Amino acid sequence: MELFDNLALGFGVAFTFQNLVYAFIGCLLGTLIGVLPGIGPLATIAMLLPATYGLPPVAALIMLAGIYYGAQYGGSTTAILVNLPGEASSVVTVIDGYQMARKGRAGPALAAAGLGSFFAGCVGTLILAAFAPPLTEVALQFGPAEYFSLMIVGLIGAVVLASGSLIKALAMIVLGLLLGLVGTDVNSGVARYSFDIPELTDGISFLAIAMGLFGYGEIISNLSRPEEHREVFTGKVEGIMPTKEDFKNMLPAVLRGTALGSALGILPGGGALLSAFTAYTLEKKIKLKPGEVPFGQGNIRGVAGPEAANNAGAQTSFIPLLTLGIPPNAVMALMVGAMTIHNIQPGPQVMTSNPELFWGLIASMWIGNAMLIILNLPLIGIWIKLLTVPYRWLFPAIVLFCAIGVYSTNNNSFDIWMVAIFGFIGYLFIKLGCEPAPLLLGLILGPMMEEYLRRAMLISRGDWSVFVTRPLSASLLAIAAILLTVVLLPSIKKKREEAFVED
Amino acid sequence: MALASQKDFFSGLMFTTVGGSFAWGATEYTVGEGARMGPGYFPLMLGILLAILGIIITFQSFTKGHPGGDKIGAFAWRPLGFVLGANLAFGALLVGLPSIGFPAMGLIVAIYALVLISSLAQPGAKLKPTLILATILAIGSYGAFVKLLSLQFPVWPAFLTN
Repeated sequence: MELFDNLALGFGVAFTFQNLVYAFIGCLLGTLIGVLPGIGPLATIAMLLPATYGLPPVAALIMLAGIYYGAQYGGSTTAILVNLPGEASSVVTVIDGYQMARKGRAGPALAAAGLGSFFAGCVGTLILAAFAPPLTEVALQFGPAEYFSLMIVGLIGAVVLASGSLIKALAMIVLGLLLGLVGTDVNSGVARYSFDIPELTDGISFLAIAMGLFGYGEIISNLSRPEEHREVFTGKVEGIMPTKEDFKNMLPAVLRGTALGSALGILPGGGALLSAFTAYTLEKKIKLKPGEVPFGQGNIRGVAGPEAANNAGAQTSFIPLLTLGIPPNAVMALMVGAMTIHNIQPGPQVMTSNPELFWGLIASMWIGNAMLIILNLPLIGIWIKLLTVPYRWLFPAIVLFCAIGVYSTNNNSFDIWMVAIFGFIGYLFIKLGCEPAPLLLGLILGPMMEEYLRRAMLISRGDWSVFVTRPLSASLLAIAAILLTVVLLPSIKKKREEAFVED
Repeated sequence: MALASQKDFFSGLMFTTVGGSFAWGATEYTVGEGARMGPGYFPLMLGILLAILGIIITFQSFTKGHPGGDKIGAFAWRPLGFVLGANLAFGALLVGLPSIGFPAMGLIVAIYALVLISSLAQPGAKLKPTLILATILAIGSYGAFVKLLSLQFPVWPAFLTN
């Protein structure tokens, strides 16, 4: 079996001492930021990117990936114990998880989340390993027209499946695409929108934008609210093991969550958040057994299902990134940046040109999941202590790490000024109810889209019909059109709004 | 006329203004034609698209929204000012501002300034715990970023090292 040869190669890479250490650091940091409310994997990955410059690319990507899926584990701890989502994707875990904690069942809730995540993570990794090669084959047949259409599908999918206003998300994508064009045009050498500032001819650093929008914007918005009273169930976590009855209820929910999460993670715009929401909706639809605790009052299925789904989704959202080079969500957009920094062009060629990196990363995810279950269940006490650290100690540190991170990208103070500007813009977006994640996707895809559009049109000699006469490109565009019309249908539109108003 | 969504009204205006400016800026560059796109072609397209989306959002804001008008609410100037101010002070102190002859003070001074200023973003900050936090962060950053990761920073003030 080729799959096993590949996995063997991957485990060979992942099991070196250095890569194990970086996988561990990534998982540890991921759990840490997952536990802490108010800082997400996006800002953390952006902050740590510069610190990975000196590392070999495999180690860097292993660590950054660990942060993302590690955060899915950590987020559930906060959700269950503090009634606050430590991570956006744990929003639904709060509902039943916290109720379980109030009834003295925090232990089984944490175990359900941890074990569910572990199972889902393992399955997600296997799916990633199995599906990546055939998808890569398809991707290698793509020409510029197909790539352009694929990016359209990706961007449309990202807004369709995301929460909030559709048209505003579309506008944010276009704004991101435009910001991505700032800097020297590769074809003509013209410096666009640089206002004669030499630093801008290289383009706006995507790290400065990511940290400004997601780091500073969020901090300012958090600080503008009065500090919530947090009720932490610190001393009450005893008896981690769920009962037999719990296992019986948990198991099918975990299986359903894993299947849903794996499928939704692959979709553009998918990933951890959407998977968790959908899984909770599904669990609620399934009839309660006699004697089962209703949802909203501490049903273990309401914890196990979404937690399995968000971890499976986090894992499989690497598939479009690694096979097509298209980031399905904002975290993956940052991973594109990370790969580019290490001179790896994301796309179907990664698997053949850097097999150690490709399979090593996949194998490291499985190892990382195993580390996470140990980090999160037996060592839960440490994370509970961390939850008692007040925000006033945390936010100056976050501000500092953002500033240091962005400076060390180019050793240039200009980027520090840019972070401040985008911090202000990020707060403005929050005030105006504009979700910033689609902007980041557009920012990463902007230059690529222009390049593919230009090439496709050059080959077709200016004939726009090339996008609909080539069958693959036409079907991709058709998918995009169907996606858009489907969400605009009134009945579905209402459902979509309901699905995201869960709390 | 009452707005159904104040947030949408102003975000629509924002998108239209920004899109319009990008499109207008794009006309400064060679636009070219489909087969030979100039540097202005794609930004012009996108700028116009963004402006149109903005207009639609603004128009919808009169009819569609939440009860209560979806008000933007007051700006949190205090955290905004102190967090961004701390960031600017950090940059200025770290490498100095050569244009006005302000000398570089290095990483350690910059960290103290950043922590002290940013802690003011929340009411009720006390000096002593803040200084302790700054010291911890200064030592930690020196160890992690300068020693361990060997990133290039000016660590001490320029007048001490020369």
